[in-house]
Amino acid sequence: MAKNSEVLLDPLFNDNPIALQVLGICSALAVTTKMETALVMSAAVIVVLIFSNLAVSLIRNFIPPSIRIIVQLTIIASLVIITDQVLKAFVYETAKQLSVFVGLIITNCIVMGRAEAFAMQQGPLKSVIDGFGNGLGYSIVLVFVAFFRELFGSGSLFGVQLLPLATEGGWYTPNGLLVLSPGAFFLIAIFIWIVRAFKPDQIEEE
Amino acid sequence: MEHYISLLVKSIFVENMALAFFLGMCSFLAVSKKVETAMGLGAAVVFVLTITCPLNNVLYTYLLKEGALAWVSPDLATSDLSFLTFLTLIGTIAASVQVVEMALDKYAPALYSSLGIFLPLIAVNCAILGASLFMVERDYNFPESLAYGFGSGVGWLLAIVALAAIREKMRYSDVPPPLRGLGITFIVTGLMAIGFMAFAGIQL
Repeated sequence: MAKNSEVLLDPLFNDNPIALQVLGICSALAVTTKMETALVMSAAVIVVLIFSNLAVSLIRNFIPPSIRIIVQLTIIASLVIITDQVLKAFVYETAKQLSVFVGLIITNCIVMGRAEAFAMQQGPLKSVIDGFGNGLGYSIVLVFVAFFRELFGSGSLFGVQLLPLATEGGWYTPNGLLVLSPGAFFLIAIFIWIVRAFKPDQIEEE
Repeated sequence: MEHYISLLVKSIFVENMALAFFLGMCSFLAVSKKVETAMGLGAAVVFVLTITCPLNNVLYTYLLKEGALAWVSPDLATSDLSFLTFLTLIGTIAASVQVVEMALDKYAPALYSSLGIFLPLIAVNCAILGASLFMVERDYNFPESLAYGFGSGVGWLLAIVALAAIREKMRYSDVPPPLRGLGITFIVTGLMAIGFMAFAGIQL
């Protein structure tokens, strides 16, 4: 039995959902052009992950295996609708920018993947911790990618212009590739490269 | 007829689900180690897309759209259930995936076990939900949604098989150890995406 602290900290670097488990990549590409959207998205994913893991874990012994996908998806979809409503009520401006992506949390495989791989086998407390840990692991990658994409792609952070653009009389010519989606691919590849350079046991043998 | 063929070609190449919209990335990257498994998953995705897209189209047109319930009784002519769109779409998708899973388990156990966790994850493959959402957004009719669902599936299959073939060849190249596997796959996908940008803006 893994310790609670291991369940929490492992997903950060040792078993990162994006870098190692290959889960939740679509949204990592879509919301990372700006820091602000990346942070709100991370918070939303963490909340949905915690509660979906909790709910699935609580009723795991009552779900017939053959219809488990539908049960899990219904739980996740309801949670996402609630999250969407809360975001619309309290941070309306950001929610408006995010609207499509908040809906896409339903199809974010981290939520479903953790429900299927962890919460279906473990008790509620461990599942909540696992949800939080994986949400944090997801956020680290999102923030890393968004930081470089916003800083070098449009010369700003949180919407504040840090590098004066050449088009507005400054000296910085923004790197257009980073704003396009392939830029996100390359950045995630670099993140994986860095993590695995420090954790050689994650290197894949082919 | 021409209209449907051009829609089909457009959904396969110009608006490729995986490489132009980056949908369905998780299974795209994880199940592309071998051409054979990639073919299997790709075929399952084509199948699920071809079923769910027209099915969702029927549900949306006759149940959810504003005024869609007018065929039940004139009193309901002003009803608008479109806020339920999301739940309905995902419900249809999850049910179809479950059917495919049970069929594969029975008739193709080898493929079933090699797909592993990624078979249930087709349900949350953004390509499937994405296609249904695009179908709703662009107001396709029934035959159009059939062509579009099939086309996006084929486009996704094409992309994942191409990536799997590249990865099989790449086994002979000298990749820096920390980049091996997932890292280099991300870079290859990025380069493929840049390649597919060449199709953007082609009008048929």
